[in-house]
Amino acid sequence: MDQLIIAGRSFNSRLLVGTGKFASNQDMVAAMEHSGSEIVTVALRRVDIDNPEDSILSHIDTNRYLLLPNTSGARDAEEAVRLARLARAAGRLPWIKLEVTPDPYYLLPDPIETFKAAKILVKEGFVVLPYMPADPVLAKRLEEIGTATVMPLGAPIGTNRGVQTRDHIAIIIEQANIPVIVDAGLGAPSHAAEAMEMGADAVLVNTALADTPNPAAMAQAFRKGVEAGREAYLAGLGTQRIKAEASSPLTGFLRNE
Amino acid sequence: MSFQQQLEQYPQVDIHKSIATTTPAQIDQALQRQRLSISDFSCLLSPNITDSQLEHMAERAHRITRQRFGRTILLYAPLYLSNECFNGCKYCGFNADNIFPRKTLTLEEIEREAKYLRGQGFRHMLLLTGEAPKIAGIDYLENAVKIIKKYCGSVSIEVFPMDIEGYQRMVEAGVDGLTVYQETYDPVLYRQLHPYGPKSNYDYRLAAPERAGAAGLRRIGIGSLLGLGDSLSDVFYSGLHGLYLARKFWRSQVTLSFPRLCPAEGGFQPNSIVDDRQLTQFICALRLLIPDAGLILSTREKEELRNNLLPLGITQMSAGSCTAPGGYGEDNQDVEQFAISDERSPNEVENFLKSKGYEAVWKDWDGAFLNKAG
Amino acid sequence: MELTINGRKKTYQDKMTVQQLLQLSNISPERVVIELNFSILSPNMHDKTELKHGDAIELIQFVGGG
Repeated sequence: MDQLIIAGRSFNSRLLVGTGKFASNQDMVAAMEHSGSEIVTVALRRVDIDNPEDSILSHIDTNRYLLLPNTSGARDAEEAVRLARLARAAGRLPWIKLEVTPDPYYLLPDPIETFKAAKILVKEGFVVLPYMPADPVLAKRLEEIGTATVMPLGAPIGTNRGVQTRDHIAIIIEQANIPVIVDAGLGAPSHAAEAMEMGADAVLVNTALADTPNPAAMAQAFRKGVEAGREAYLAGLGTQRIKAEASSPLTGFLRNE
Repeated sequence: MSFQQQLEQYPQVDIHKSIATTTPAQIDQALQRQRLSISDFSCLLSPNITDSQLEHMAERAHRITRQRFGRTILLYAPLYLSNECFNGCKYCGFNADNIFPRKTLTLEEIEREAKYLRGQGFRHMLLLTGEAPKIAGIDYLENAVKIIKKYCGSVSIEVFPMDIEGYQRMVEAGVDGLTVYQETYDPVLYRQLHPYGPKSNYDYRLAAPERAGAAGLRRIGIGSLLGLGDSLSDVFYSGLHGLYLARKFWRSQVTLSFPRLCPAEGGFQPNSIVDDRQLTQFICALRLLIPDAGLILSTREKEELRNNLLPLGITQMSAGSCTAPGGYGEDNQDVEQFAISDERSPNEVENFLKSKGYEAVWKDWDGAFLNKAG
Repeated sequence: MELTINGRKKTYQDKMTVQQLLQLSNISPERVVIELNFSILSPNMHDKTELKHGDAIELIQFVGGG
């Protein structure tokens, strides 16, 4: 069975789902269910003590989904580490999606702070899944210090532009010894399929599912896109044959030509 | 996971069978892939490859090499420092059972050899010894390297396997590359061919490239001696080893060599023959598997074959080589480690390269660029 | 006593434990993580920890996020 393995744990689904930006909890739950996902991300925020909300946890069956807290909001390593420790104190698995985004316009990840935070968190025993720029050298450096995966962005968060960073992601996939999860910017099932066809191990999608009239249907479409892409990758995608223009055959000498 | 652990996932009997029975249809499929999987790579090693498939593979190998390396070939010179050896490797001219005058160059002789090579144009030198650490050990090598570095920018070593501390000392002394051949990845055959001496330890030698990578050597060279054992599986394992090292020691460059066994003093006969067609196939397949690896072709091979293999993925060549210690500076008839087949001088090789549209690169790296403290 | 809760100052008449503060505010303990004076407070300490004037508390919960 073709399973996704992260930190020794196996998953059948290669589609991770974010829980942000949905119009309602019902929409969120419907999207999760139709996505077939087994890993969902959540964020950490202050409780409004005067008006405490219904906790998101009452809508997520944590027996069914692995809860992956993120450190969204962190602008530097220190804030990210603090959020990670808070998340861990909530008594879940010590898995953390590390996000350090000092720039509020594009929410692009800070490579230096991400690396710093990852180093600390790995030492503290976290299973670290770092959101990062599509930088092949950074990917190897994070792998080297012990992150469980790398999560290079396809395009800036929420832009729905697809795998804009495809050339660098291809290099990351080629060189990685740990799972590569393409995160951010995937706006259509075809984008998710493209990432999977390239050999990505999984994708994470949020905005595309939340910002649509029918989250359940879109989640199902993404599910199929991810599965199709993965199957195509495993079946072996062809390379475009370029006609060689060798003036004489390169191996002719073997046949005394 | 160490490479040894990865190796255990690919048992030799299965690998050989799988490669030997791969059909041309399967080879076609593998050739289609943009990026080769391990399984695709093994298909491309199959003896059932057709001439047209081989040509297609050669074209791809040529294109990838041009893309990554341009039209350049790095020229280097081997410099044998000592032929003292305590190993009993059955196929090697220097083996301990072979009685002939042993020689270890003095520091003056080393300087003379290095000067000569520099005069020939070389700036990359590969230092070789047998395995006799008490006579030509790490201290000796450190001193040798210090002298040789006056004459060239890049020094590599092809010597006995060391601990990580030894490799760190080599890095400190200024060595930037290492070559260590596993000879054969078949542990049973390995034991038969290396019955005694430190080299009889298969595991220690197998992990040497990993220790070198951990010590920070910039170039890590590996390979099998083709003809010792089953060449199909040995080339497969060389490729697997190269890929493992490339992914783990991503700051270093991996190089692969494919020395073919030829008669040595002592008359060891190869167990298997790798013909020119197979050698061509292996080189192209390795190029496709690891696009960024350096592929090295030594003067073991004849001039004509070297010329023909040049466009297929080779990135480094030796020239004007002598495989006996002190062989450059004096006119001597000392015992060689292996017989040289391509006797062209470095200038002749350079001119030949030019005629084929290649540029000979004499100097690709200089350790002086590094910001070493002290 | 005056407490700083999630960055805002609030005044309370009676002394109370952390657990009592949660009860008062209608917040179920298993849904929140508490930082008291910049240190994470373990759940089994909720009923044993008395709040005093000047304490700073952060109440954090999981919410939707990508």
